Amino acid sequence: MPRLPIGAGFEGLVDYLRVSWRGLFSAIRAFIEVLIDAAETVISFPPFWVFAIIIAAIAYKRSSKGIAIFSLLGIFFVEGLNLWPATVSTLSLIFTATAIALIIGIPLGILSAKSDPLNAVLRPILDLMQTMPAFVYLIPAVLFFRIGQVPAVISTIIFAMPPAVRLTNLGIRQVPKELIEAGESFGSLWHQMLFKIQLPLAMPTIMAGVNQCIMLSLSMVVIASMIGAGGLGSVVLTGVSTLKVGMAFEGGLAVVVIAIILDRLTQGKSLKK
Amino acid sequence: MSKLIVNSLYKVFGSNPKQGIKLIKEGKEKDEILRETGLTVGVNNVSFEVKAGETFVIMGLSGSGKSTVIRCLNRLIEPTAGEIILDGKDLTKMDKKQLIEVRRTAMSMVFQNFALLPNRTVLANTEYGLEVQGVDAIKRKEKALESLILVGLEGYEDSYPDQLSGGMKQRVGLARALANDPEILLMDEAFSALDPLIRSDMQDELVDLQQKMKKTIIFITHDLDEALKIGDRIMLMRDGKVIQIGKAEDILSNPADEYVERFVQGVNRSDLLTAADIMVKPWTTVGINHGPRFALAECKKHGLETLLVTKEGRILSGTVTINEIKKAISEGKTTLHDITKEDEVSRISPDTNIKDIIELTLQSSIPVAVVDDDGKLLGVIIKSSVLRALMSERGGDNA
Ligand SMILES: Nc1ncnc2c1ncn2[C@@H]1O[C@H](COP(=O)(O)OP(=O)(O)O)[C@@H](O)[C@H]1O
Ligand SMILES: [Mg+2]
Repeated sequence: MPRLPIGAGFEGLVDYLRVSWRGLFSAIRAFIEVLIDAAETVISFPPFWVFAIIIAAIAYKRSSKGIAIFSLLGIFFVEGLNLWPATVSTLSLIFTATAIALIIGIPLGILSAKSDPLNAVLRPILDLMQTMPAFVYLIPAVLFFRIGQVPAVISTIIFAMPPAVRLTNLGIRQVPKELIEAGESFGSLWHQMLFKIQLPLAMPTIMAGVNQCIMLSLSMVVIASMIGAGGLGSVVLTGVSTLKVGMAFEGGLAVVVIAIILDRLTQGKSLKK
Repeated sequence: MSKLIVNSLYKVFGSNPKQGIKLIKEGKEKDEILRETGLTVGVNNVSFEVKAGETFVIMGLSGSGKSTVIRCLNRLIEPTAGEIILDGKDLTKMDKKQLIEVRRTAMSMVFQNFALLPNRTVLANTEYGLEVQGVDAIKRKEKALESLILVGLEGYEDSYPDQLSGGMKQRVGLARALANDPEILLMDEAFSALDPLIRSDMQDELVDLQQKMKKTIIFITHDLDEALKIGDRIMLMRDGKVIQIGKAEDILSNPADEYVERFVQGVNRSDLLTAADIMVKPWTTVGINHGPRFALAECKKHGLETLLVTKEGRILSGTVTINEIKKAISEGKTTLHDITKEDEVSRISPDTNIKDIIELTLQSSIPVAVVDDDGKLLGVIIKSSVLRALMSERGGDNA
């Protein structure tokens, strides 16, 4: 049997897109760079200890005293490892990617809750996006956006978006039928239905989607160090590739600390019940 | 005058509903159609009229199409065919905008499981209908508070639904519907989720409220006792069809077929019950030689408009009304002789059959008196004791 020329065909497609759509890709690139810079400026503006106090305060309000103390100590710990600058860079990527993933994902989830055909089309695509090994996104991202933070953010958006779409869709579909009927029977317009009934009632589920989206972003941003995303991921990567076990371990610890803080912060109180 | 006229309403669920209607018109039954085509006939040629200010009850077993009918009225469910005429305008022909206007101003719905928004306070729930209409915050709060007071929920404005009991939740549901000041209230098994005692209270309150409000109410229930207590007229449904429409006593005394008869079975089975079994002691009576001032005090004490008057040996003389008592006082009369009316009150013997009592009690606004052969007052029959008797007779069915 002759070898199937799928690889060659794909290369051809990528080449075609790269050449013919160059303008679009560089516009996207520029746009995302601006966002990353903005995020980084904001996060690195306060000294680490001020940042730590702010996070602890938010954790105290949204979650518990324990989490607040953990956040405070965690950030001091990261600084103690000299990894605060790398953490800032990682957080900037996470926030940029998550923000874009949510801005696209939540409306998409709302639309697919309202339209069964759209839902039927989206479902396999989302499955595919989530089950593909994360590395697979890295290569086309590099081809279109070269290496660096931008392709890292792009592949993170793709990887992290599915739960936002899925859980928004689920949350809205789970609103009890009688409440929808009540809304209709009082003459709600579609946007009143959405903003006064469906979204508020779906909010806990949507927040679970946001939480998952952030956690997936974190894991992807770490992996994306392979294409030059920098940050904590590259600390681990350098450690591993140069056999500096201690350095890799410290980088790994910092990732875990950040992961726990982000997770608890976005879970809030509602999901703990 | 008819507020609402429903003409030949059909609803067929499934992918090709028109085909279902064709089959119905060919004389096929609901289960045949389901078996052959997979279409569910929800409502089959239903017609009825509801007068302004009337409480119209739709009754039937589960699955008989009650909810589908009531949801067709505000088009939460699109009818497959038929006309729904509200104040002369056909609702089924209205466009989206007109329909929303009708839902906002003409009809409000109360739901079986309350359908309150859990993230909103009682007040904010009550305001919902006004809020979507764009009524300004001050005015809608004022109106919402008014209707909360009407249903007896003053002081609970800031509570959340999950802090309330079932009965209170449904009061919020009712207040939310009333806040819009609709002409028509649609109530789909509004009390069915409540415990029997609370349910009975709510029924009483609805009847009281209705005397003040004079809304047009369409009330769904699967419970005969509730239908009898609340309804001016009752429509019985089975398999999507109307079986009988009439006043309570028509349905009890002339059931249209065995289905209705089975519904009112308790009444027939209670053939053996007599007045003596269900009569109660009157709240109070006055002697004919008593002065009108004493009679007035008794009226006030018991909250009665009419008193039973007896003479020596507890022989029933008749009744006096509060207005006549007041008149007698101003005229300086010292006894009740002149103002006692003999014929206002119905008298029955203790062995009267319950079937005949039902008609009498439903017709008269004052209790029916039970007297022996000498005219001695033995007790009175009030509506609720008749209902209670029927209810306990039918206890097995309610389980
Ligand atoms: N959305 C629907 N799709 C298909 N069949 C339905 C739907 N809603 C109701 N039905 C069917 O229509 C019939 C009447 O239902 P319903 O109006 O809910 O009865 P009731 O309120 O008297 O219990 C039942 O056979 C029910 O299964
Ligand atoms: Mg029903």
